[in-house]
Amino acid sequence: MKTKSNVIVTVYIVFLMLPIYWLLNMSFKTTNEILGTFSLWPKEFTFENYIKIFTDPTWYNGYINSLAYVSINTVLSVAVALPAAYAFSRYRFLGDKHLFFWLLTNRMAPPAVFALPFFQLYSAIGLFDTHIAVALSHCLFNIPLAVWILEGFMSGIPKELDETAYIDGHSFWRFFLKIFVPTISAGIGVTAFFCFMFSWVEMLLAKSLTAVAAKPIAATMTRTASTAGYELGLLAAAGALTIIPGAIVIYFVRNYIAKGFALGRV
Amino acid sequence: MAEITLKEIRHSYQSNATAPGDFVIRGVDITWREGGAYALLGPSGCGKTTLLNIISGLLRPTEGAVLFNGIDVTAQDPVTRDIAQIFQFPVIYDTMSVYGNLAFPLVNRGVAREEVDRRVKEVAGMLDLSEMLDQRAVGLTADNKQKISLGRGLVRSDVNVIMFDEPLTVIDPHLKWKLRSELKRLHQRVGFTMIYVTHDQTEALTFADEVVVMHDGDVVQVGTPKDLFDRPEHTFVGHFIGSPGMNLMPCQIVDGKPVVGRSVIPVNRSFADHEKCSGLVLGIRPECIQLDPEGFQVSITRIDDVGHYCIVRAEFEDQALQIFVKEGERIPSENLRIRFDRSSIQIYKDGWIVDGGTPR
Amino acid sequence: MIDRVSNQKAWFMVLPVILLVAFNAIIPLMTVVNYSVQETFGNNVFFWEGMKWFEEVLRSERFHASLGRQVLFSFTILIIEVPLGILVALNMPRQGIGVSICLVLMALPLLIPWNVVGAMWNIFALPDIGLLGRAINGMGVEYNFTQNPVSAWLTVVAMDVWHWTSLVVLLSYAGLCAIPDPYYQAAKIDGAGRWQIFRHIELPKLKRVLTIAILLRFMDSFMIYTEPFVLTGGGPGNTTTFLSIDLVKIALGQFDLGPAAAMSLIYFLIVLLLCWVFYTLMMRSESNAS
Repeated sequence: MKTKSNVIVTVYIVFLMLPIYWLLNMSFKTTNEILGTFSLWPKEFTFENYIKIFTDPTWYNGYINSLAYVSINTVLSVAVALPAAYAFSRYRFLGDKHLFFWLLTNRMAPPAVFALPFFQLYSAIGLFDTHIAVALSHCLFNIPLAVWILEGFMSGIPKELDETAYIDGHSFWRFFLKIFVPTISAGIGVTAFFCFMFSWVEMLLAKSLTAVAAKPIAATMTRTASTAGYELGLLAAAGALTIIPGAIVIYFVRNYIAKGFALGRV
Repeated sequence: MAEITLKEIRHSYQSNATAPGDFVIRGVDITWREGGAYALLGPSGCGKTTLLNIISGLLRPTEGAVLFNGIDVTAQDPVTRDIAQIFQFPVIYDTMSVYGNLAFPLVNRGVAREEVDRRVKEVAGMLDLSEMLDQRAVGLTADNKQKISLGRGLVRSDVNVIMFDEPLTVIDPHLKWKLRSELKRLHQRVGFTMIYVTHDQTEALTFADEVVVMHDGDVVQVGTPKDLFDRPEHTFVGHFIGSPGMNLMPCQIVDGKPVVGRSVIPVNRSFADHEKCSGLVLGIRPECIQLDPEGFQVSITRIDDVGHYCIVRAEFEDQALQIFVKEGERIPSENLRIRFDRSSIQIYKDGWIVDGGTPR
Repeated sequence: MIDRVSNQKAWFMVLPVILLVAFNAIIPLMTVVNYSVQETFGNNVFFWEGMKWFEEVLRSERFHASLGRQVLFSFTILIIEVPLGILVALNMPRQGIGVSICLVLMALPLLIPWNVVGAMWNIFALPDIGLLGRAINGMGVEYNFTQNPVSAWLTVVAMDVWHWTSLVVLLSYAGLCAIPDPYYQAAKIDGAGRWQIFRHIELPKLKRVLTIAILLRFMDSFMIYTEPFVLTGGGPGNTTTFLSIDLVKIALGQFDLGPAAAMSLIYFLIVLLLCWVFYTLMMRSESNAS
């Protein structure tokens, strides 16, 4: 039984790793070699793509900028979504079902359509080219996601747990932070990761709302599509490097996700 | 039904445990008699749930053996041990009706349909669930769901022991006592061995014929509720049982008599002189302290009126003391004098009871 | 199903969420709606045209074709990704070093910017210089996604499965980990087999999480743009031109803001309708349970 599980998981992971290996392969080649020949390992192994990234200030500033607004957005989205999800899960109020669904509708429009209006909006309030602008604009799709996922996990906890806590004398906030939040830790871990991920890979708004000061890697990466075609090696190296922050994030939340549900003594 | 013996059980959740501190269960030897109603009582973290899971087979002990009717079952899993366990919060199968839930353990064991039907209806009757058999289990209240959990244990006629892991945790307080008395009634009717784990002494003392008190991985006392109250064998038991618990004061033994501070306490037996050393504690329950105009003087710190009686918090020889005073007895505002009931005084050394010598 | 208490004060808990989302949604939406009912000949001069654009879009064969391709695509990837995701999640380890390895490795495809995903699959699948392309052709199967529509479709689907299945995996895995131990313990004591545990405990408890996963995948796949665009450009010809790609072609390529905006709104309404139907079905089945 155990071996069957391991086989399934291993096959899946191998399937996932093949293109990633290919990406790494490309990142150590020159664009000419990528387009010219087929090789499983670079014939002319080169670090030049990575060097270019590490030494070009627009590149590494791009990383820092992206990390900045993504972090702001993740923390903001999860923090704001927690009480809202609790309300949706535990209480009935006027319009609750419609409000809940409305949240999801904000993820339903193709972003290409909104680029220009967003640009106009954030310019009008003087937030153009700031990290805050991108962080706030990403709230459009991340907050609904966070609320939906958290609500799903919260609904799995019997309401009796809340009531028992009150009877035992806990104040609401102590109950919420010390007892409730740990029991939905899997939901919070996965929500934090997804908010990070969706904000991190979002390019259109990130590009539209920034110019220089807060320019993210998204902008610099599309720059590699020059008139001569993609600078593929560079793009591959950049792609490989963008994986790292997200990998770190999920590594950190792994214990939240995988923690067995321990219904603590209330 | 079975007699269950635990031999030298030690358990640690870590893989290389060596120091005593690594062990959650530090050495338990105990026999649970067939058909008994037991409570396993102790504060959170003392190892009760671990011990329960070792008995049921959900956990294999690091050391020691579990015997059912003399047969070693340590290597067997829960299904073959024929146990039933009810958990802290109701575990029911969402997809099935009440009937389906109750029938599930029997269906899985290949029992014939008519027999299943008979047993389910019988148990449903016992638990007052007959009218709900066709309803989806998921929509019921918490106490009914717990009854279903219990029912799944009772339908199996071959159950050796039923174990309860703090089953009333998520039940409404006003339903708790109702469910508790139903459990007691059920035990008297069905006669299965039942082990009830709780940190609530009221639950333990009302349900059980015999209580096993655990503290920090050790079993500190096994006895009837009366034994636990009258003669706690460990300071922890004295302190934990009773509301408020036993008063504990450091003392010395001088000439065979306990001395607290400068007061010699009269007691109905003498204690051997070689006990004259440190770590001695005198225990006396608040209920066993009487007002006596010729007794020791204490100063009152506070009086709490709890209705039928008052709890007087006082200071005696620089030690805090709690005294029960019955309704109607007058408490002087100052100059309160008390005496300790001679036969109710216990002496403890390093936590454990010291048996006095010759009675006087 | 939880019995919820009526409490109008709950609005305060939801208020921050509403403010942040509405701010980003309503104003830009108004702009789009504005465009959709007007005509422009440039120079920011607009003429009211009413429903003309909506009718034009709804009647256009081009629109029907793109829509058809889009529906087929979304359906295909859902059929593959959801069961596969659940299967992997069920088999993942719950403790030990395996957990870290699995979670980190499975998250990697999700973290790659979508244009890089398209670009790397582009090279990966090329018949002459790509590992996949060469391997398949090497096995004797004719495969060329730049020229053959079937190859193109298979590649696009494979790319999406590779990219997004981990989302279903992670959500399902978190959902499984959130199932308290006593459920498994009770099932063990009751003598339930693996399939029964899945059917009676895991699947019901995963329902809400799966709803989210399915809705997310449906929406995102229905609006997919970057990856297929970079991979195939919509081709060969227009065989992999999904709705978004077509929409952008119309809007940017031809500067027809009116039809583009109208198409966007129709697009949005289709997604909305389908999600709403699915959501209502899921919620109804849950309230039937209680």
